[in-house]
Amino acid sequence: MKLGVSDAGRLALAAAGVAAMIVLPRVVELFTLVELAVFCILAILALSLAFVWGFGGILSFGQSAFFGLGGYAYALAIANIGESTVPILLGILVPMLFAVLLGYFMFYGRISDVYLAVITLTVSLIFYHLINSTSGPDYMIGKARLGGHNGIPGIPPINLPGDPAAQLDIAVVFQVSLATLLLVYFGLRALLASQFGRVLVAIRENELRAELLGYDARRYKLFAFTIGAGIAGLAGVLFATWGSFIGPSVFSIGFSAQIIIWIIIGGLGTLGGAVLGTVLIQYLTTWLGESKIADANLVLGVVFIVFVLLVPNGLVPTARKLMSARRRVGR
Amino acid sequence: MDFAAIVLVQVAYAIASLALISVGLAVIYGMMKVINFAHGEFLMLGGYAVILPVQAGVNLWIAMLIIAPLAVGLFGIVVERLIIRPLYGRVIDTVLATWGLSLLLIGLASAVLGYYQEGSKPPLGSVAIGAYRESVYTFFVIGVATAVMLALYLGLKRTRFGLIARGTMQNPAMAAAVGVDTGKIYAATFGLGAALSGLAGGILAPISGVVPVIGATYIAKAFITVISGGATVLVGTAAAATLLGSVNQIVTFVTGPVVGEVALLAAAVILLRLLPAGITGRLFRGGV
Amino acid sequence: MIGAPIIETRGLSKRFGGVPAVDGVDFSLGEGELRCLIGPNGAGKSTFFKMITGQLRPTAGQVLFRGADVTGYERHRLAGLRIGIKTQVPNVFDGLDVRESLRLAARRFHRPAAAARTVDDILQTAGLAAIAGRKVGELGHGQRQWIELGMLLASDPQLLLLDEPTAGMTTDEVARTAALIGTMRQRRAMIVVEHDMQFVRMIAEVVTVFHQGRVLMEAPVGEVLRDPRVREVYLGRQADRHA
Repeated sequence: MKLGVSDAGRLALAAAGVAAMIVLPRVVELFTLVELAVFCILAILALSLAFVWGFGGILSFGQSAFFGLGGYAYALAIANIGESTVPILLGILVPMLFAVLLGYFMFYGRISDVYLAVITLTVSLIFYHLINSTSGPDYMIGKARLGGHNGIPGIPPINLPGDPAAQLDIAVVFQVSLATLLLVYFGLRALLASQFGRVLVAIRENELRAELLGYDARRYKLFAFTIGAGIAGLAGVLFATWGSFIGPSVFSIGFSAQIIIWIIIGGLGTLGGAVLGTVLIQYLTTWLGESKIADANLVLGVVFIVFVLLVPNGLVPTARKLMSARRRVGR
Repeated sequence: MDFAAIVLVQVAYAIASLALISVGLAVIYGMMKVINFAHGEFLMLGGYAVILPVQAGVNLWIAMLIIAPLAVGLFGIVVERLIIRPLYGRVIDTVLATWGLSLLLIGLASAVLGYYQEGSKPPLGSVAIGAYRESVYTFFVIGVATAVMLALYLGLKRTRFGLIARGTMQNPAMAAAVGVDTGKIYAATFGLGAALSGLAGGILAPISGVVPVIGATYIAKAFITVISGGATVLVGTAAAATLLGSVNQIVTFVTGPVVGEVALLAAAVILLRLLPAGITGRLFRGGV
Repeated sequence: MIGAPIIETRGLSKRFGGVPAVDGVDFSLGEGELRCLIGPNGAGKSTFFKMITGQLRPTAGQVLFRGADVTGYERHRLAGLRIGIKTQVPNVFDGLDVRESLRLAARRFHRPAAAARTVDDILQTAGLAAIAGRKVGELGHGQRQWIELGMLLASDPQLLLLDEPTAGMTTDEVARTAALIGTMRQRRAMIVVEHDMQFVRMIAEVVTVFHQGRVLMEAPVGEVLRDPRVREVYLGRQADRHA
């Protein structure tokens, strides 16, 4: 089963990534590093959906909710604990726990397709409304205020394990974000090549046949959904560290839909496409916001519509098609 | 006694407004299986289609009941021809295209109309119910919602157009084989859905005002209501709106608006768990 | 019958609303026995099949596999008992290649090395070796049915349940399927639901005839095909009108 770029290509990618991690902080200005860091973080979030949707066949509007839960868990925990190691773990585990519960509710209820999308969207919105309304000093978890629609500002960044004073500066945050992106990408690649990953894809291809072969689809989907939640939560932790801030807007329908758009642009069913789509759209959005040439929404809207008509199936699959066509012609 | 009457009226209003904002999406999704992510913006356009003519001196009722649905309906026909039809059957691409349309419309509205807020009081004044006063406009909205649902139901079930439209949606190849111009039917159906959304947006404009991003407040609830209703378009949406609207309003009365919203959302989740294909997936199947 | 049945139903029923699609069927298949299920459209064969394969929940009655009550078992659990199930419409993995499809089937019950050997065996037995690397979705209808049969073999099943394995096939393909089923037979018990009488004649031993949700008769194939009741059930009352 072809998974796209060859192994040699992937090795080159890894090498390039490590090189970027080392070199960029020395040559690039701080402001650019800040932008690149958030691109990496959002790309990690996109990978979580790319895995769950593109390979697991689960259209989840809830990745933003896991992202938000991760960020909030980290923020609240570090305000109470003062050291970042446990908060990071909580930022990954709390979304995963929630995913187990929600996933069990959905998959063991045999809910799928658009109905699953609506449930995950609805759950995201429930979080949005609940957290949005927690303004004021009454809403606290331990020493930390939930902050309501203002969110939680002044979140301490990640520190070296055990040493709360050794907080990561923005250049290191960039390196950690890029390293995490590489680890998540290659980790997912490995997972997809494993027996688990191949069964998951088979379930996406034909759930009935997979079950008639003896595989419990509900269990596989629950597992995949939980892993996706953990990855999204990790992205949320990094996001909270990056901006020292987390707010309820991450639970909004706008943000939930944005992740889906990144995946569609990059190409559903690919991992590299998710990263590419995220970086391109976010770069475009940021550039439009800064240059003030035209209303960002207007330009993005036109871009998407034109994109759909010209590049069906997304960037990476279209690129692959062009490359294989050229190979055939060249013979 | 009169408190109960007020509660009943408020619940009916909640159901009515939920039904109104959802019915356009229901027609388009239920008949064409197209998920129109620009639905919220059709509502927004309907709102502007009332506010702007009224500012130019046009009668409010004409703007609301004629101009808004007509303008947005015609716009819908154009959208169908240019964006929806080329992508028919391609669900993912339709999502991206309609989302792009949504951003485009928000961008246009922001650029051309600016951040516009019309917080005017609803017309028609108020009426006394026992010791309380209720806005007459509330009854107007309830009335319009009921009239729209009834007209749609009868229209789709009893008229020739309704029959042809339903047949085309169920089996386009067959419809074409018996001589139906499927292109025209698609355009008309999408246009109808858009017109209904425009009407809803216009009706609600005096109450909630209109800003370019107001669509976002509508789209989620509309989407949730339509999907919870299930495959049978009108009955499903009416049933879902009734259930979710009631839960929303009653819980709001007891605890407040935020918990009321959460209750609506939670009710939808529980509903879908119990009826995984929506209300009309199992009950009231078939029909319109 | 010699020995205990491998699969048995007692009073198995399925009602849709008020309509009994299957009405209290007692059915029994011995170890290693081949049975064909025939009957006109709407006779209940497919509903019966779906109940014994875990795709539908019975309204009443029991399904027993080697004496154990498996009524209402989820389909993956039944398959886990090494019961091979082929659906009426071919259910295969269009996006995967033939070898990967067979590998997935084998891996459920074998370790990687044994699974690889099993896959090679099946590719030979089912005559799929030449197309092992092709994507299933690109192949013809008949080939997809054979791939599905191949996947069933991977668990070395003791019981095979096949729903219209020759649906939509050409005469040549039907003959090849009959041969394939002959090879698959060995000591396995099989239930084959079928419409194609030529095919039934090729492979059948004992035949169970369904009619209006019940068993009309159960006898060796020659007897069944000569029986006037069976003819009437298939042709309706038209035979009488012309008499």
